[in-house]
Amino acid sequence: MTVKYTKDHEWISVNGDIATVGITDYALHQLGDLVFVEVPEAGRTVSQGDETAVVESVKAASEVYTPVSGEVTEGNSGIADDPATVSGDPKGKGWFFKIKFSDSSEFDGLMNDAEYKAYVASLD
Amino acid sequence: MSENTSALEILLTTPLDALHRALGAKMVPFAGYAMPVQYPAGILKEHLHTRAAAGLFDVSHMGQAFLMGDEALKAFETLVPGDYQGLAEGKTRYSVLLNDQGGIMDDLMATRIPGGLYLVVNAACKTQDFAHIEANTRGRANLEILADRALLALQGPKAGAVLARLAPATADMTFMTFRKVDIAGIACFATRSGYTGEDGFEISVPADRAEELAKKLLAEPEVEPIGLGARDSLRLEAGLCLYGHDIDTHTTPIEGDIKWVVNKRRRENKGFPGADIILGQLANGTERLRVGILPDGRAPAREGTEVQDLNGNTIGTVTSGGFGPSVNGPIAMGYVKTAFATEGTPVNLIVRGKALAAKIVKMPFTQKSYKTA
Repeated sequence: MTVKYTKDHEWISVNGDIATVGITDYALHQLGDLVFVEVPEAGRTVSQGDETAVVESVKAASEVYTPVSGEVTEGNSGIADDPATVSGDPKGKGWFFKIKFSDSSEFDGLMNDAEYKAYVASLD
Repeated sequence: MSENTSALEILLTTPLDALHRALGAKMVPFAGYAMPVQYPAGILKEHLHTRAAAGLFDVSHMGQAFLMGDEALKAFETLVPGDYQGLAEGKTRYSVLLNDQGGIMDDLMATRIPGGLYLVVNAACKTQDFAHIEANTRGRANLEILADRALLALQGPKAGAVLARLAPATADMTFMTFRKVDIAGIACFATRSGYTGEDGFEISVPADRAEELAKKLLAEPEVEPIGLGARDSLRLEAGLCLYGHDIDTHTTPIEGDIKWVVNKRRRENKGFPGADIILGQLANGTERLRVGILPDGRAPAREGTEVQDLNGNTIGTVTSGGFGPSVNGPIAMGYVKTAFATEGTPVNLIVRGKALAAKIVKMPFTQKSYKTA
C-alpha cells in the first residue's frame, strides 16, 4: 500500500481505486488538541486541493485539502463524534475520508515518505 | 514559517522570556512581544488546570503606570466614566478610556493608591493610552510609566492558598483590592483580580526579580504555567471582553453591555468624553448589544461569523468565538440587533456557508468564583 504526502500535511494511502486521507503527526502537533472535526459526506465530488474536511483546535479552524480529485465514498463519522480519536491514532482510526480517485497521475506530484520527512525537517 | 522566524527576531521580550523557552513554550508574536501561546501541556489542559487549581500567566507585556498628584483623580475622570474620587484607597476599579463619540479607546484597571492611581492597560494600546493620558492630564497630574516592572497573574481556586503560603498578608484581600506586599521576600504590588473568572491575583514585580518570583510560584505543587491560548478561552468562558475584538473605538460601553462602568456620580455630573451620547443610550437604548451566543451543535463559530435571524436576515456578528474547555463545547460572544438580544432568542450562525442553530444566552458561560468577602 503506497502512502504519499502533501505540503499541507495530509497523508493519502492507496488501495485499488480507493484512497484514504488523513493528517500527519506534524499537522497534529501544529494544531494541538482537536475539539471539532467535520468530514465530507459520501457522494461529494472534489477536485485536488479543495477544502474537503475541517479540523478545529481550541484556538483556530484549519482546512483539510484533498490530495487528489474524485468522489468521496465515506467520511469517518468516528472522528466527527470524537475528535480525540485523531490525536490518538492519526494514521489509523483517525482517517478523515475515503475517495474514489479519478486521475492517478495526480499522485505523481505528491511526496513519498522520505521526501515528506525531508520537507518537515526543512520547516523546523 | 520563515516569515514568522524573522518577525520574532524584532519582537520585544518580557523578563520571563528565557523561562518560557526553558519550559518549552511555543512562542508567538502578540502586541509586539514574543509571548507563550502554550506550554507542552497544551491549551486544553492548561485551561482546565486553571479552573481546577492555579495557573501562572506572564502578562508583563501590559502597560503599568502611576498617575500621581493632588489633581490626579479629577484629571483621570475627564477621560473615563468611572468614579475614582469616590473610590476608597486600596480599591481597584475596571474602566474604559473614551473618545468624544463615547467609543472605547481601551479598557483598564485603575487602583487608588496614596497620592494617585496605579494603572494597568492593554499591551497593544499602551503607547497611545499613555500618550493620551499624559497629554490630557498635563499640569494636573504626573504620569510615571513603570517600564521596569513585570506583571504576573496567578489565577484559579488554589491561587489564594498558594499566595498566602508565600505572603500571609494576602490571605484576607478581597476581590478588586490592592496591597503592597512582600512575596517570598520580593517587594510586589498584588491586586486580587484577573481575567479568567476565577479567584486570583495580578502581581506587579520589579523586572529583575520577575523570574525569581515566577520560579517560586511554579515550585508550588498547585501551580502550572499557562499561555495566552488558555488565557483567551478562560476569559471568553467568563464573558470578559477582549479589547480590539469585543469592544473598540466603534463601540460604546452601553452597546458593549458594560454600562456599569458609568458610575452613578458620573451619570449625574457628566464630564467624561462622549457623555451626551452615552447618557442618551442609557436612557433610550442602543441599536445593538453585546450578547453571549451558544451554538446548539459542536462546531465553533469564530470571530467574524455572521449572525442571522431565522428568516436569513443579517442581525449581527461574532466578535469572539471558539471552544470552551470547561463548557466542553463551542461558545461565542458578539453583537446583535437589540430586538434579538433577549436571552433564549434562537439565531443562526453562518459557518462555512451553512446556517448553524444557536441561541442568545446570558454570560458568563461558567460560574465566576471571586473572593468577595
